[in-house]
Amino acid sequence: MPAVDVELDCRDLPCPRPVIELGRALPRVAPGGVLAVVARDPAARHDVPAWCRMRGQSYLGEDLTDDGVPRYLVRVAG
Amino acid sequence: MTIISASYLDAASAEPLHPAARDVLEAALARGWADPRRRHAPGRDARLLLDNARAAIAECLEVDPEEVGFTASGTSAVHRGLLGLTASSGRGGIVHTAVEHSAVLHALAWREHDAHAAVGVDRTGRVDVEALAAAARVDGVGAVAVQAGNQEIGTLQPVDELDVPAGVPVFMDAAAAVGRGPLPRRWSVLAASARKWGGPSGVGVLVVRRGTRWRNPFPGEDAVDESPFPDVPAALAAAAALQAVLAESAETAPRQHALIDRARAALAEVPDLELVGDPVHRLPHVLTFSCLYVAGDELVDALARRGYAVASGSACTASTLEPSHVLAAVGALTHGNVRVSVGRDTEEADVDGLCRAVTEIVADIRSREGL
Repeated sequence: MPAVDVELDCRDLPCPRPVIELGRALPRVAPGGVLAVVARDPAARHDVPAWCRMRGQSYLGEDLTDDGVPRYLVRVAG
Repeated sequence: MTIISASYLDAASAEPLHPAARDVLEAALARGWADPRRRHAPGRDARLLLDNARAAIAECLEVDPEEVGFTASGTSAVHRGLLGLTASSGRGGIVHTAVEHSAVLHALAWREHDAHAAVGVDRTGRVDVEALAAAARVDGVGAVAVQAGNQEIGTLQPVDELDVPAGVPVFMDAAAAVGRGPLPRRWSVLAASARKWGGPSGVGVLVVRRGTRWRNPFPGEDAVDESPFPDVPAALAAAAALQAVLAESAETAPRQHALIDRARAALAEVPDLELVGDPVHRLPHVLTFSCLYVAGDELVDALARRGYAVASGSACTASTLEPSHVLAAVGALTHGNVRVSVGRDTEEADVDGLCRAVTEIVADIRSREGL
């Protein structure tokens, strides 16, 4: 996975907070940068890719944090 | 007295009892209470009503009365119908679309098998027919489960176009589609639920076409009927409701289709609102949409306060805390989800009011979040 520029810790936030935080953080990441959100919310697995599609961003996939929580990565559009 | 929200827009969960069913139910309660297996006069009376119910359902579904059975629920009809196919062939694998009703998925989970396989759908929810044809030819597959129309997003499946081998029967869950328009024909077993068409709850319909290898997967006799002593009055009321609904459907189906088109057009104006499902090849009465940055439970509750009764597939509205597998399968946003389904009495004013309410509530919630 690529280097992450901004990582949001939403591990204990319920749906749809992880996606709301993504929306809020988007202006903080330069075009081409990588924005990541850590979330246990099972809806995030579907909603982060859907948010990327609706917002014209590139979904890069998911990995796990060191303590095993899903992390979803987004390449910010130019 | 029937208590209904100012605008009841959850007909796909349950319709209020159809007036035709109410009249029949009252009369049948007085005559159909006895055990229809008995040879005494009350038993024969119950038998007569049950045979009438079966004949009426058969005529509505264009099948033979001997092929029709009643079960205790639509869910039970799905479980018996589907698992009865694999029980009889000895090939336990079931190939199914990724958007089948949870009743189908629960049946699969209960009878685990290496050859079970989910076939993906496109963004509209339509199954990949070629992938399904390939999956149906894998060793160990004993049945294919493809619904007529989807209960959440309305998309119709191309059941008549399926390419499956002769020895792999098609199970069609028609619960959302019966009474809503012409049904596909290329199935061996069909399951339906009376409360979805304005019949009483607690009446499932199971149809097993003659010549199908099927046997009861549960304890009891090898008959399509769940019980030798079904709820005769409810079965007859269900049949009366279906006859009435089909008689009205030439008028209701196009009207409901147009109401959903109207809602789709109005909601398309809401920013970051995603309409889900096939806009054309769909059940006439169902629409699902998702609103970015909005919690489904908050939206549903706010609509309820304004008198609009709707359903939702969002995780926060589900007992499991998992979002709808249907929304996930089509790649739709799963939060901020609302399912609208119009009934026989829904008018343009209900739909217009709902769309205005959604527009306002979504704008309020987002402005509060600073988005």
